[in-house]
Amino acid sequence: MAGAKNHDYHILPPSITPIMGSFSALTMFFGLVMWMHPEQFGYGSLVFGLGLIGVLYTFYAWWSDVVHEAHAGDHTPVVQLHLRYGMIMFIASEVMFFVGWFWAWFDFSLFPVPLELVKDPETHAFTVTNLIGQEGAAALMQWPPKGLEVLDAMKLPLLNTLILLCSGTTVTWAHHSLIHGDREGLKKGLWLTILLGLLFSAIQAYEYSVAPFPFGGLNYGTAFYMATGFHGFHVIVGTIFLIVCLVRSYKGHFTPQQHFGFEAAAWYWHFVDVVWLFLFISIYIWGGWGAPVHA
Amino acid sequence: MTTIAATGADLHAHDHHDADHKPGFFARWFMSTNHKDIGTLYLIFAIFAGVVGGAISGLMRMELAEPGIQYLQSWASMMAGKDASMDEAYHMWNVLITAHGLIMVFFMVMPAIIGGFGNWFVPLMIGAPDMAFPRMNNISFWLTVVAFIMLLGSSFVPGGTGLGAGTGWTVYAPLSTSGSVGPAVDMAIFSLHLAGAASILGAINFITTIFNMRAPGMTLHKMPLFVWSVLVTAFLLLLALPVLAAAITMLLVDRNFGGAFFDASAGGDPVLYQHLFWFFGHPEVYIMILPGFGIISQIVATFSRKPVFGYLGMAYAMVAIGVVGFVVWAHHMFTTGMSVDMKMYFTAATMVIAVPTGIKIFSWIATMWGGSVSFKTPMVWAMGFIFMFTVGGVTGVVLANGGLDDNLHDTYYVVAHFHYVLSLGAVFSLFAGFYYWFGKMSGRHLNEFLGHLHFWVFFIGVNVLFFPMHFLGNSGMPRRYPDYPEAFAYWNGVASTGYAIMAVGVLIFFINVFWSLAAGRRAEENYWGEGATTLEWTLSSPPPYHQFETLPVIK
Repeated sequence: MAGAKNHDYHILPPSITPIMGSFSALTMFFGLVMWMHPEQFGYGSLVFGLGLIGVLYTFYAWWSDVVHEAHAGDHTPVVQLHLRYGMIMFIASEVMFFVGWFWAWFDFSLFPVPLELVKDPETHAFTVTNLIGQEGAAALMQWPPKGLEVLDAMKLPLLNTLILLCSGTTVTWAHHSLIHGDREGLKKGLWLTILLGLLFSAIQAYEYSVAPFPFGGLNYGTAFYMATGFHGFHVIVGTIFLIVCLVRSYKGHFTPQQHFGFEAAAWYWHFVDVVWLFLFISIYIWGGWGAPVHA
Repeated sequence: MTTIAATGADLHAHDHHDADHKPGFFARWFMSTNHKDIGTLYLIFAIFAGVVGGAISGLMRMELAEPGIQYLQSWASMMAGKDASMDEAYHMWNVLITAHGLIMVFFMVMPAIIGGFGNWFVPLMIGAPDMAFPRMNNISFWLTVVAFIMLLGSSFVPGGTGLGAGTGWTVYAPLSTSGSVGPAVDMAIFSLHLAGAASILGAINFITTIFNMRAPGMTLHKMPLFVWSVLVTAFLLLLALPVLAAAITMLLVDRNFGGAFFDASAGGDPVLYQHLFWFFGHPEVYIMILPGFGIISQIVATFSRKPVFGYLGMAYAMVAIGVVGFVVWAHHMFTTGMSVDMKMYFTAATMVIAVPTGIKIFSWIATMWGGSVSFKTPMVWAMGFIFMFTVGGVTGVVLANGGLDDNLHDTYYVVAHFHYVLSLGAVFSLFAGFYYWFGKMSGRHLNEFLGHLHFWVFFIGVNVLFFPMHFLGNSGMPRRYPDYPEAFAYWNGVASTGYAIMAVGVLIFFINVFWSLAAGRRAEENYWGEGATTLEWTLSSPPPYHQFETLPVIK
């Protein structure tokens, strides 16, 4: 059996990054626990920050290794196929993660409970009471809860939908340019995609700041912000992924034949796009149907 | 390849070394990218975690040996370093049952059966030199380690009434939200996040490896059943764990950021948590048992010196169990006030799973039928598995009935059921696999006599321990309580005696392992003879550091 490697698989040398990343993650999460419990611990934000730096450095070091290995020729066709399978399955697991958040949304919206909302005209804060089993409950069994103003789906959310759909076309422009050896087109397409992604995030942040319902204390707000917020987080991750691809395209890393890093970023981008379409339809349009719209 | 500080580029120069050149100690065990070393690390870790989880159940059986509270208050005082109140003592009980469940599920069975045996034998059985993502393989292992550290750490910080997370392994709201103030439950939740991330990455690795790295000629329909079982398991992990991640993130939001997911007064729904949890939790129980099915199939065929009966039926039975396993979750929730229609659906769907499971049981028996069966240690464990798992399966069909479950829900009958399928099912398959492959992994034979002795002592022990729980449950003893009326004393005493017998069995196991490592007979390539036909038996014991540098061709 001893002798030269006689196959196309990638046999890796030992690496410090996995154990470094794991203990960084431990530090980060324990720091977060400390931060959330100032009655028990001090310096939580500091420990969290240290852990986060370790985690981010691990990402950087790990994927730098991957890029170097790709340039060293370790990514044979079968290894590239592995990377494709890996990315597809990572996205599949992300889809199931969002299933959880949609599940919460549909639980609340399809089986509404009788909530009485009293809004303080001064502070705009809500007082929420669950009147289940009490008089007048039947009249309150509706979604969104009676008395709640929702965001107008046909204003900024529609604009954001168009922005993301448009960014899906610009990333495809970049891809086709790359395949045809047009580096300038690749860069232009990527720049546009990234700017559209940043614009989406900015609009989303603005809309959060003017949204007429709070995060806590009401099922609508918690489910809304967590579902759209995790999507927003994925948009930011996807934007960073595309920025890395832009930097790499300036360095001339991609060839028309081998550019899986770019393809993975594009797949991920399409994934966040599709998640948004489901959010837009089921949360902004259907989930706010019939409710008064925030002016 | 011994320097720790070497960068990727330096290390590259060493890529094309000969097959048995191993890196230095630190690089080999802390920076590993070798599926066999990572498998070994997983097995050692799982054995350690199993000892911790098993010791915790020993504390539980001590306390339950007689009615009344015996030890809890003094244990809680020891943990707190001051006199503990009775409420803190009861909280201690909740912490014990929580830790036992989480440790055995996430840190013993899963790391051993998927991380350990899966890592070791999936590449060997499909004729691959390693896993598809060797470096990611290692972060799966180390994330499991840090998750365990996080969970153990949670026992030393406040979790509500006392120290530690006392929510049960299911972490139901609102006990886990408004009911458990303090950092312990947050730590337990992050422990699950870390362990879950580890398993998702592992699942991606196994699926990619199995789909893309089979030796030339090994079609999916020629793949050993153990590999099939890991493939199905990996899909369950990939699709179920993210839903758990979402659910426990919702717990965090409710606990720390004023969220209303499970707060009924703000429109939240505590039963939503149970749906999300069991959408993960039911596939999770198949995650624990399916690789065991695979191991048993290999062993039964080897020691019957016959190919397994109905190979394709066996493979697709596992696929069927995996698929149907995703649509039966609410049978864990029959008493949450669901409609009769829903109960009927979940009863019927659950019972459907008995069909592919029956196919497996009967096919194992049919494999033995007419074979020349040799009763080596792995085979007696496998037969013990088939017997005990069938008992657990039958009580499972009983519990699947929504009507009956109104009575049996949260009684010791349920505890008996899931320990028959896990402690006597999954754990028996782990021991069977360990006795089957130890020689291949270590290069040393285990002692046959001690192996048989271990089997019989353990077999008697766990049956004395768990069978009386059926009686206790039928007569109405609820689970998760540290105390009970006088009427339940007899069978509880018997069960605690069974624990002691089982513990002696585990001791024999350790004696056997250490004796074997020190003085065991050297294992040859194929020490089970002509019945063992899978590819790992074509390699030396232990196999070279990098095997199959020239890929084997399957005819």
